[in-house]
Amino acid sequence: MTTRTLQFKIYRYDPDQDQKPYMQDVAVEVDSTDRKLLDALVKLKAVDDSIAFRRSCREGVCGSDALNINGRNGLACLTDLSSFPDGKPIVLRPLPGLPVIRDLIVDMTQFFKQYHSIKPYLINNDPPPERERLQSPEDREELNGLYECILCACCSTSCPSFWWNPDKFVGPAGLLAAYRFIADTRDQATNERLDNLEDPYRLFRCHTIMNCVDVCPKGLNPTKAIGKIKDMMVKRAI
Amino acid sequence: MSQKVTVRKFDAVIVGAGGAGLRAAIQLSEAGLKTAVLTKVFPTRSHTVAAQGGVAASLGNSEEDHWHWHMYDTVKGSDWLGDQDAIEFMCRKANECVIELEHYGMPFDRLDNGRIYQRPFGGHMSNFGEKPVRRSCAAADRTGHAMLHAMYQRNVKANTQFFVEWMALDLIRDAEGEVLGVTAMEMETGDIYAFHAKATIFATGGAGRIYYSSTNAFINTGDGVGMAARAGIPLEDMEFWQFHPTGVAGAGVLITEGVRGEGGILRNSAGERFMERYAPNAKDLASRDVVSRAMVTEINEGRGCGPNKDFVLLDITHLPPETIMKRLPGIHEIAVQFAGVDALKEPIPVVPTCHYQMGGIPTNYHGQVVVPGKRSQNEIVPGFYAAGECACASVHGANRLGTNSLLDLLVFGKSAGETAVENLKKEPKPHKELPADAFDRTLARLDRLNTQKDGANVHETQLAMRRTMQKHAGVFRFNDLLKEGVQKILEVQQDVQRTEIKDKSKVFNTARIEALELDNLIEVAVATMVSAEARKESRGAHVRDDAPDTPEMPNGRDDTNWLKHTLWYKEGNRLDYKSVTLRPMTVETIALKKRAY
Repeated sequence: MTTRTLQFKIYRYDPDQDQKPYMQDVAVEVDSTDRKLLDALVKLKAVDDSIAFRRSCREGVCGSDALNINGRNGLACLTDLSSFPDGKPIVLRPLPGLPVIRDLIVDMTQFFKQYHSIKPYLINNDPPPERERLQSPEDREELNGLYECILCACCSTSCPSFWWNPDKFVGPAGLLAAYRFIADTRDQATNERLDNLEDPYRLFRCHTIMNCVDVCPKGLNPTKAIGKIKDMMVKRAI
Repeated sequence: MSQKVTVRKFDAVIVGAGGAGLRAAIQLSEAGLKTAVLTKVFPTRSHTVAAQGGVAASLGNSEEDHWHWHMYDTVKGSDWLGDQDAIEFMCRKANECVIELEHYGMPFDRLDNGRIYQRPFGGHMSNFGEKPVRRSCAAADRTGHAMLHAMYQRNVKANTQFFVEWMALDLIRDAEGEVLGVTAMEMETGDIYAFHAKATIFATGGAGRIYYSSTNAFINTGDGVGMAARAGIPLEDMEFWQFHPTGVAGAGVLITEGVRGEGGILRNSAGERFMERYAPNAKDLASRDVVSRAMVTEINEGRGCGPNKDFVLLDITHLPPETIMKRLPGIHEIAVQFAGVDALKEPIPVVPTCHYQMGGIPTNYHGQVVVPGKRSQNEIVPGFYAAGECACASVHGANRLGTNSLLDLLVFGKSAGETAVENLKKEPKPHKELPADAFDRTLARLDRLNTQKDGANVHETQLAMRRTMQKHAGVFRFNDLLKEGVQKILEVQQDVQRTEIKDKSKVFNTARIEALELDNLIEVAVATMVSAEARKESRGAHVRDDAPDTPEMPNGRDDTNWLKHTLWYKEGNRLDYKSVTLRPMTVETIALKKRAY
């Protein structure tokens, strides 16, 4: 079995032990069964059990293992080890812009607060029918590219507007979710949802920098969804 | 060193925020009860998120269907080990639960008439086993993701109180056997709490990580099952594990049976559609245990593919690309990511991979935990409920049908929630006092781990456990290997009792968490091996070499001696048995017969 040694520079910080964060140089040997960055991290942890990171499904659907990898946000479980050139260390940092709890684990409170602020649930005040609410296949297709979000926060934590105003700007993930409900023919709260975003910061701090689109590990396009909300705001105003 | 324990009081505590936990939480929150939901991971990271193909309900949106046919298929799928009252209950509740989910906002795929899209799935047939029926309600191949998010969202609406990244450690049970809550660790601070509750609902999922090759997430460590075992609750039917036919070879990542539901075909090295030989009627849509055994037989007889002839191929290249991209977009993505193939053009290498725990904490169909007592074999444990994969109702018996797991967590999550609400409202009473030794077990475990010297490495010990399970209790089981497996897994258990961590930090100590998880995994592994060694017949997913198919004993199933549920007790590593409920709620018993597809 062919093996390969990978060099890492990893952000380390344990508030229980360390005065301040530091970058640690470590190496790990991987073999041909290790395909993804997460496989290498698990091997690293087997040698040094103090390296802390989140992980769960290891197939890109749970959204736990978002990291800043060589300066770019992504999921460790979907990042191919073969994508790293030989000889250059792989630099791993926690997602930018959020407080660090420990090592590669960030405090996501602010991210989820913004997600919750858009009322991420279907609002329909009609008494529920006995059977399913009907929806045409075409109307259902409007939700594609929206409902698949895994809340990994790669997008929002790569967005300069979110870095500056995480308490005021909803951020790409939250706005994608907002449009997911606006676009759902079963939802009755479009006006209320638009009111909720009518504010100099909540929606309009998006300056279409498009980092969100660039990093989304699910290939979603928050900027497009934000554009649609902005269009609806304009149409509503005239 | 003894840690401080802070006590918090709630009406109810739910452990786990996957499908079953979230469904139960909706019930309790909407009833206005003070409820805490503890979860190791943010709710939408729970493993329900990885379910792909769909949820079963006889809505009949595309063709005639009936809950009674669904019930028949489930009993047959269980190889008659499922309790027929619980199975009738689940199949009758399916439509209501799926419709509720749609009302919560679940983005199901749709038919032209606007109704929920349904696809065929393994073992689901019309008219009592005649031919495949479209019963699986699907949101593309992301049904679990769509469902988990919809239920989390409903809980946001209901203001459910979540304790995110809190790990439950032990069940609190008093001398009378009543359950009074759990101890738990706040992962961010390492602080220890007790959640003192009148109702405790376990929805902690399965423990597929006991096997080396598994579709399961890292977090699937059987925490609830381990906690229950340590608190003296027996574990039911733990010898029955489902090996999903189509895990990506090498990576273990799941490829939904929905692929075969949409027309995918399994082929051996000769390109042959080999399932025609093993299941002439249902072919690739036979029950999972049947398909997995056929695949392993093909590989063992030299008809596997690849340089080592150690996998078979799942072929969808004959399907229209539009169908694949519309109905199976996630599979296309997984094949590229984890198998390095474009499934539109090339077949996907697959092998049977550990997927689902049929057994678990014994419950009735109201979600109440039941144990043998003086009066009956199913006495209710006061204050204790369980639902979803950690529980054994038992609807899956010796083999689960695809799409019945998402249904199980909906129906029994709801039912456990409803029963808890009813009991709490029926007789309002103050919290029963915690016993003096309520935290002892937890504190002893933590102390031991903090002070262990020259101990066993956690990573190596869990690897030894997973390799042992894979070799000794796999798709096919052998008397000699099982006997040896019992000895080996008990040796691993010795190591688990002396694991050592280097990292002693209080803050988000994932080394400590993994060691505590291993305490739970090993209970599941020992229960599995001991129960499997003892069951001297072949039934469902448990097929052994010394119980072959004979005219006297079709498929090696021995109904005279083994039509009974296993109960494994941690104390004394002891086995007991209880009878299977063959009488349904309202209809006639589905009579025993040889299982064939």
